[in-house]
Amino acid sequence: MRSSVLTSAPPRISAPSALSCRGVRVSFRDVEVVCGVDLELGAGEWLGVIGPNGAGKSTLLRSIVGLTDHHGSVALGDGQLPSAVDVALVPQFPVLPKGMTVAEYVLLGRIAHLGWLARESRVDRHIVSSVLHRLELSSFGDRLVTTLSGGEAQQVVVARALAQQCPVLLLDEPTSALDLGHQVSVLELVDDLRRTEGLSVLAAMHDLSAAARFADRLMLIHHGRIVAQGSPAAVLQSDLLSAVYGTPLTVQSIDGELVVLPAPRRQVHS
Amino acid sequence: MVDASLPTAAVTETDAAHPAVRHAFGMSVTACVTGVAALVAVGLLSASSGAAGLPVSGVFSALFDWIPLIGVESSLSATQESILFEIRLPRLVLGMLVGGSLGVAGASYQGVFRNPLADPYLLGVSAGAGFGAVLALGFGLDLGWGPFDTVPAAAFVGALVAVVASMAIARGGGASPATLLLGGVAMAALFSAAQTYAIQQLDETRAREVLSWLFGQLNTTGWKQVWLLLPYAAVCGAVLFVHRRHLDVLRVGDDEARSLGLDPARSRLGVIVAASLLTAAAVSVSGLIAFVGLVVPHIVRLLISHSYRVIVPLSAVVGAAFLAFVDIGARTLLAPSELPVGVITAFVGAPFFALVLWRDRWSTT
Repeated sequence: MRSSVLTSAPPRISAPSALSCRGVRVSFRDVEVVCGVDLELGAGEWLGVIGPNGAGKSTLLRSIVGLTDHHGSVALGDGQLPSAVDVALVPQFPVLPKGMTVAEYVLLGRIAHLGWLARESRVDRHIVSSVLHRLELSSFGDRLVTTLSGGEAQQVVVARALAQQCPVLLLDEPTSALDLGHQVSVLELVDDLRRTEGLSVLAAMHDLSAAARFADRLMLIHHGRIVAQGSPAAVLQSDLLSAVYGTPLTVQSIDGELVVLPAPRRQVHS
Repeated sequence: MVDASLPTAAVTETDAAHPAVRHAFGMSVTACVTGVAALVAVGLLSASSGAAGLPVSGVFSALFDWIPLIGVESSLSATQESILFEIRLPRLVLGMLVGGSLGVAGASYQGVFRNPLADPYLLGVSAGAGFGAVLALGFGLDLGWGPFDTVPAAAFVGALVAVVASMAIARGGGASPATLLLGGVAMAALFSAAQTYAIQQLDETRAREVLSWLFGQLNTTGWKQVWLLLPYAAVCGAVLFVHRRHLDVLRVGDDEARSLGLDPARSRLGVIVAASLLTAAAVSVSGLIAFVGLVVPHIVRLLISHSYRVIVPLSAVVGAAFLAFVDIGARTLLAPSELPVGVITAFVGAPFFALVLWRDRWSTT
């Protein structure tokens, strides 16, 4: 039996909702970027947030962890305001400090758990080594984060988020810098963690096919508003996507999985 | 060190961390022990060397005898003992306190400003303290109060005025590390100009006195300076020690730090206030000792670790050993006259720093 060190036990959230947002609005200098978004993330659910660049996906995630000023309410399932021990964010462009080892980097995830003397305990170190072991990164412990490849670095950032031991994981386009193989392996890793550790995942995703494959539910936003939400099959409609993304897109089903592709270019015969 | 053959599927979950993980965590203990051993060695060397040579064994036995409940027959004569306890040790301890303070303050500034070239004098502490001291020394102001002599008091006040002014300027610019740094540059320039003008107005003897203070030296009258600095070293040192992990978190930037649960502005303010107070206190008793706060954290970073968990405490130890060691030279090289210790630290520090920069460039390109 796997010892569940990756989430706090007993789980804080017994209600079906892990996170809920009501009327979240964010403006930058009179321009509203997120215009009243309501969302409900069920415990153990993977909710994918999709939409074109600039739709407000990242801003929505950032406002949930308090990185941008916003109106409206963000609450955990038990009604509490989320903090760094409840919601962990995997940023889109993580900073990898020079000279920092992988183990030290993952240890940063423990800062919210440390007492006021800021002394890491054996428990903190044990959690770090368990997380690294879980992600099969143990042998990387003393490597410098700056020497990692893109895929390895992304896994290490996920490891830091897991070390925060939060029941809710926010991913901000976690695979945008990775090749196809690493995209799938990082997402599969998160999916696996979700199942084994009972995490809830809210992910801004730009790869629509991956979103269809991994998310239980999708939320399409455009100009800061929710345009559609529901099961991947319900949201991924070629007409809707073509209108939102401003280019003809086609949705096909290959072996039961939805794949979103640019529509074939029409050959114009003269 | 990557063990590609590791059969990950076969590894059972145990409490034992992987060697690579243990290695990443475990190197600080050996380093601390080595650092403290070096500090003790430098201390013994310093206590026994000087115009009146004291035998190391005698120093050793006298020190042991001094510890309560331990009775050892001291092999030093009464005169030698009074040299040791009234002259050598106060100066040695002051040197260690000042060096440790500057080392810790420098490490903290480098962490807060995310800039390895930051030093404790960045926010105008040196210029402010210098101006205060020049006013007090040169114009014969009497600011002495209780145990506080005029010059240290004036230097301390001047240093704090400069830092507070730098922070006040930066506040308007949003108090990011970059604006704070620029505020410090502005204040340092202003106070340096004022200081230069004030020195120019002095007669030659007083100007010479002022300059020798500015170079930095460890002149003691008994244990007085030690007692003045000790409370600051203890309180500010403790505050900075507690914040060492915050400095590591700040390395990933304010946004990520906040998402990890740290309030970057508050941590930064705490560290800057403590480090500035500590620097002001050190400067007020010893003058402007250059390069210690800049070089010492770099030595630790180069030799041991880039993590502030390690850099902050070890900078105290290495700073203390470094300044105590350099002060042996200051006392003995030109004996019976004395070199300002700040001159030697700058002589040693500047080439060393160039070396660090070159090495850094080689390793990154």
